[in-house]
Amino acid sequence: MKVILITGRTFMQGVGMEAGKDSDVYKENAAVCYITVDDMDKLGIKEGDNVKIKTKYGEVVVKALKSKDEHDGIVFIPLGPWANAVMGYETDSAAVPTFKGIEAEIEKTDENVLSLEELIRKTYIEG
Amino acid sequence: MHYTDVVCTFCGTLCDDIEVTVEDNRIIDIRHACRVGASKFFKASDIKHRRTKPIIRENGREIEVSLEEAVEKASEILADAYRPLLYGWSSTTCEAIKYGVFLTDLVGGIMDNTATVCHGPSVLAFQEVGYPSCTLGEVKNRADLIIYWGSNPLHAHPRHLSRYSFYPRGFFRERGMQDRELIVIDVRRTDTAKIANKFIKVEQGKDYELVSALRYVLNGGVLKKDYVAGVSREEIYELVDKMKSCSFGVLFFGMGLTQSSGKHRTIDNAISLVRDLNRFTKFNIMMMRGHYNVTGSNEVLAWETGYPYAVDFSRGYPRYNPGETSAVDVLVRGEVDAALIIASDPVSHFPKEAVKHLLRIPYISIDAFYNATSMFAKVYIPTAVAGIECEGTAYRMDGVPIRVRKIIEPPEGVLSDEEVVRMIYEKTMEKIKERIEEEAAEKVIV
Amino acid sequence: MKIILKNGYVYDPINNINGEVMDIFIKDGKIVNEFREKDAKVIDCKGKVVMPGAIDIHSHIAGGKVNTGRILRPEDHRRFVIARKFKNGKFFRSGAGFSVPSTRITGYLYAKMGYTMAFTPALPPLMARHTHEELSSIPIIDKGALTLMGNNWFVMKYLKAGEIEKCAAFAAWLLKAVKGYAIKVVNPGGGEAWGWGKNVTSLEDRVPYFDITPKEIIEGLMKVNEMLKLPHSEHLHTINLGRVGNYETTIKTMKLARGLENRDRHVLQITHAQFHSYGGESWKSFESKAYEVAKAVNKMKNVAIDVGFVTLDPTTTMTADGPMEYYLSSLTHLKWTNKDIELETAPGVTPYNYSPKSAVSSVQWAVGLELALLVEDPWRVMLTTDHPNGGPFIRYPRIIAWLMSRKYREDFMKNMNKAVEKRAIISSLDREYDLYEIAIITRASQARALGLKEKGHLGVGADADVAVYDINPEELNTAEYEKIERAFSNAYLTIKSGEIVVKEGEVVNEFYGKTYYVDVEVEEELMQEVERDLDYYFKRYYSVNLANYPVSLDYLTNPTKIERKIERVKVIK
Repeated sequence: MKVILITGRTFMQGVGMEAGKDSDVYKENAAVCYITVDDMDKLGIKEGDNVKIKTKYGEVVVKALKSKDEHDGIVFIPLGPWANAVMGYETDSAAVPTFKGIEAEIEKTDENVLSLEELIRKTYIEG
Repeated sequence: MHYTDVVCTFCGTLCDDIEVTVEDNRIIDIRHACRVGASKFFKASDIKHRRTKPIIRENGREIEVSLEEAVEKASEILADAYRPLLYGWSSTTCEAIKYGVFLTDLVGGIMDNTATVCHGPSVLAFQEVGYPSCTLGEVKNRADLIIYWGSNPLHAHPRHLSRYSFYPRGFFRERGMQDRELIVIDVRRTDTAKIANKFIKVEQGKDYELVSALRYVLNGGVLKKDYVAGVSREEIYELVDKMKSCSFGVLFFGMGLTQSSGKHRTIDNAISLVRDLNRFTKFNIMMMRGHYNVTGSNEVLAWETGYPYAVDFSRGYPRYNPGETSAVDVLVRGEVDAALIIASDPVSHFPKEAVKHLLRIPYISIDAFYNATSMFAKVYIPTAVAGIECEGTAYRMDGVPIRVRKIIEPPEGVLSDEEVVRMIYEKTMEKIKERIEEEAAEKVIV
Repeated sequence: MKIILKNGYVYDPINNINGEVMDIFIKDGKIVNEFREKDAKVIDCKGKVVMPGAIDIHSHIAGGKVNTGRILRPEDHRRFVIARKFKNGKFFRSGAGFSVPSTRITGYLYAKMGYTMAFTPALPPLMARHTHEELSSIPIIDKGALTLMGNNWFVMKYLKAGEIEKCAAFAAWLLKAVKGYAIKVVNPGGGEAWGWGKNVTSLEDRVPYFDITPKEIIEGLMKVNEMLKLPHSEHLHTINLGRVGNYETTIKTMKLARGLENRDRHVLQITHAQFHSYGGESWKSFESKAYEVAKAVNKMKNVAIDVGFVTLDPTTTMTADGPMEYYLSSLTHLKWTNKDIELETAPGVTPYNYSPKSAVSSVQWAVGLELALLVEDPWRVMLTTDHPNGGPFIRYPRIIAWLMSRKYREDFMKNMNKAVEKRAIISSLDREYDLYEIAIITRASQARALGLKEKGHLGVGADADVAVYDINPEELNTAEYEKIERAFSNAYLTIKSGEIVVKEGEVVNEFYGKTYYVDVEVEEELMQEVERDLDYYFKRYYSVNLANYPVSLDYLTNPTKIERKIERVKVIK
C-alpha cells in the first residue's frame, strides 16, 4: 500500500531516549510506526504485527501500532535510526533533510525488528 | 538535602522551578518536573547504567583508558584532520560551546549544531524577514490568542502550556485559560489538538498554501475556492478574524513546519503573516526549540563568529552557507575527514547517507550518556550531566539565559563537557603550535 | 612591566595638559611618578601624540539584541572578516561583521583605534546574563552595561504611587542583581505601550494601565539617580526618536533637568542627540534642528549629550525602543525583529542603509556634525555613533577627521544629496576641533560622565590606558585629512593596563579588561519592603524564579565594583 511517511517526537520516544538509546524502552517506542485503524484493515494487519516500509532511500522493519489520531494514508514514525533508514538525505540547500512527507510502500512482514546495533551494522555499515 | 529552583535540562522550555531531594548523592524525589524531565534526572543519578570510563577503539577492540589518554587521542585526530566537523552543541552548556568555537577556529573545521536538522530553516527565514517575538512571560501576562502550528507541546514540551501559554494566570489574564483561546493547526489530531478550543487540520505538506490564504484574506483578498490545503473557506475567514481581533496573539511553531516541504519558505511566509498582523494588533511568533540549549548554541556561535550554525572556518575566518557548510551536507558529500560529536546522537538522528560517511571516518563522541554514536566512536569520553552534576548557562527557547545548577556529584573522574572540551582545545593548541614552529624551522633551513 | 613613553605631545584635558612635550611613566598598570630609565622599556614618542585611552560611553557591542542583529544579518558579516592568526606564541581568534562585529574582533578593533573602554548601553535585566556572557568574551577593553529601567513595571508602579524611595531601593537592587552600571531609560512608557502594539508620542501621554507619563518616569528616575549618588547620570533615550519634528520634545525633555545638580557631572545625558534634533512636517520637508537643540544644551549646564553621528554606511539599527524599530521597518520594508521582554522592555532590530544620495540620510549626517560644532562646551559632548545605529564604531577616526577638517566636510559633501546644503547649516560652520578638544570628547568628558576617577587621564594614579598616534601637532595640516583619519584608525601604540596591546595598528597581545558595576547599599527596612514586592511579582508574573534571576560575578571578567552606601535614602523633591 502507498502511504506518506512523517516523523516526529513522541512523549514516550522522549522518555525512551532519556532512559538510554540502548534501552528496551527506546526500541519499544522508536522502532514502531503509527497507522490508523482503517489503514490497518486495508493492510490486513493488527496492532503489534511487523511491517516493512520501503522508500527510494531504503527499507526497514518496525512494529505497527494503532494510531489514536485521524490521518488515513499517513504513517507516523518517531524520530530515530529506524525512521532514518528510510528517510531522505537531500537538504535542498536548506541544511535540513526532508523528515516529513516521504512517499513509501508499506506491507506486512514476518521479518524481525532489528535492535539498534544490528540495524546500524546491517543497513548503515554493511548496507 | 532538598533543592529548590532547580533547572530542568531536557527541552527548550527550561523549567526553573524543579524541586529535587538528594540522599547520598542519589536523587530520590523530584517535584514539578514532567515525566520526560524527571526520567532524565533519575537516569543521571542511576550510575549503574552509565559508562564512566573513557574508551578508545583500535582494530575493533575497545580499550578503557584514562581521561588524559583519551584527550591526547582526540586532539591527535583533530590536529591531523584536514577538515573536521564538530557537531552537536545543543544539549550542553554555553561554556562548553564557547571552547568548541575556539577549537573549531583553531583546527579550521566546521562547527554545526542540532538546529541544522530542526529549526535551521526557521533561522534561514529569520534572516530573510526577521522575527517579531517576545519572552514567554509576555505570553503569560498578555496573550489572549495562542496558536500552535506543527507543534505538539504536550509531547515535546510537556509543561509549555501550563507554565507559559494557555493555563497560567497572568497579569492581564487573571482567569488563566478562561481569558484565552487555544488553536492547534496540524496534519493530525495530536494530544495538544484534543485539548484546544479549535483544531484546524491542514493537509500534509500544504502549510505554505494555508499561510498564504490567511495572508491573502488578512490583506483584503477574497477567497474563491471552498477549500485551501484541506481547510474550508469559513474556517480561514474565522481564523483571520480571530487573529486580527485578539489583543495579543502568539504563534508557536515546530518541526511540522520546518521539516515539511517548503521548509524555510513556509516559515518565511508564517513570519510575514505575523508581521502583517502587527498592522492590526499585537502578534508574536516563536520557535518551539527542542534541545534545552539549542538556542544558546546559536547565540554563542553568533557572538563568537557572526553566524548561528553551520560555520566553516576552513578559510581561516568564519563563513556560513547552510546547504553547503551544514553537517548533513558535508557528511553526505563525504567532505569531512574527522569529527567530534558532543551531546548529540547523529547516528540515531541523521539520514542514513550521512551516517554512513560518519561511520567511515575517525570521530570522537563526548556525551554524558553512551548512545548509538558513542558505540562506533574511535574515542568516547563520558561527561557530567549539565544541570544535575555541573553548572553552566543555557538559553530558553525565547532567549532567556538561565544558570543551570549542580545538585549531585558526577561519577568519580568524570568531568563536565566544558572541562573536557577545554582540555582537548589546549592539547590541540600545543600540537598545532609545535607544527607551526617545525614548519617555520624548515623554512629557515631551505 | 615598566614603560616610559618619551617626548610625546601629551593631550590630557583632565589635567589641563594641552600638547606639552613630556614623558609618561607606567608601572604595574598605573601611571606613576618618574622613575629611572634603566629598568624600563623606553619608547620614543617624539613627533607623536599621546592621549589617554579612548572611551565609548554608548556602543551596542554585547547582549541579546546585538546578537539578534548578528544572526539577522549574514550579508553584513561578508563585508568584513578578520582571519585567525598566531603571533608571539598566541592564538588570535577570527571573526566577522561590519556593522555588528563578533565579540573577539570587537575588542581587537577598538584597541586598534586606541580605545580601551566601551559601555554597552541597553542591558535588559532579564537578559543580563546574556549581555555579560558577551562582554566577557570581548578581549582587551574595559566594559560595563547601562541597565534599562524606563519601562520597568516596578519603576512605573512605585513612581505612580509616589513611592520614590522604594523606586530608589528597587533600582539599587536591580543594578546589583544584574551587575549594571547606570540607569538607562529608553522611550519611557513607550516600551510598555508597545506590549499592546501602541506607543507614546508626547511627554504627557499616559501609559496604558500604569497611567503614568513619560515625563514622570524621566523625572522620577533622574531623582532616583541622584538619591542613590550613582557615578553616572540618568542616561536617556527620550521619546520620538527618529521622528520628523522631534526636536521640540528633545528640548522639553532637557528642561526636565532644571533644578537638579551634581558637583561632579551633569544630571541628564541626552543620548544619541542627533536622532532627536529633527525638524520638518514630513519626510519631504525633513530638516536639521541641531542649532535649536545645541542652543538649549548651551543653556542647560546640567545636561550633556552624546552625539550619535551618522556615518553614511549601511548598518544595523538596534534599540530597546521596539515601536521605533517597527516604524522604521515599515518605512524601509526591510526585515524586522522584535523581542518584548516581560515587565521590562521591548527591543527591536532592523537594517538601515544610510545613503549619501538620500536627502534624509545626508541631513542626518549634517545634524550630528552640527551638534558637535555648535555645542560650545566640549565637556558636555561625547563622540559616539550609537554604534551601530548611526554607523559602525570603526568609523570614529573618520568622524574625528570631519570634526578637525572643514575641507574634509566640504569634499565629502560633494557626493551627497543637495538637501544637505538646503536643509542643514553644516556648510556654513567654520569651526574645526583641535586635538585637545578631540581628547575631551573621546576621553575626558566620557570618563567624567561615567564618574570614573582613574580613567580618561594620564595623571599619577590613573589606569595606564594610553594611546599614541602618529600625528605631529607641529606639522598638522587639517586639509590633509586622510592622514588624520589614518592615524586615528591605526594607533601607533595602545597600552592597556600597562601592557602593550597594539603596535602600529596591529593587535599583538590580548587579555581581559575590567567589568564595572555598581553596588549601592540602602537602608534595610526599605529594602525589605521592596523584597516583599519582588517575591509577589516574581511568583506571579515573571517566567523565571527570583532565585534564578541575579547574575553572579562568575560572568564578569575582572569584576570592578563601584560602591555607595546610603544610610537613609533622602527624597529629592
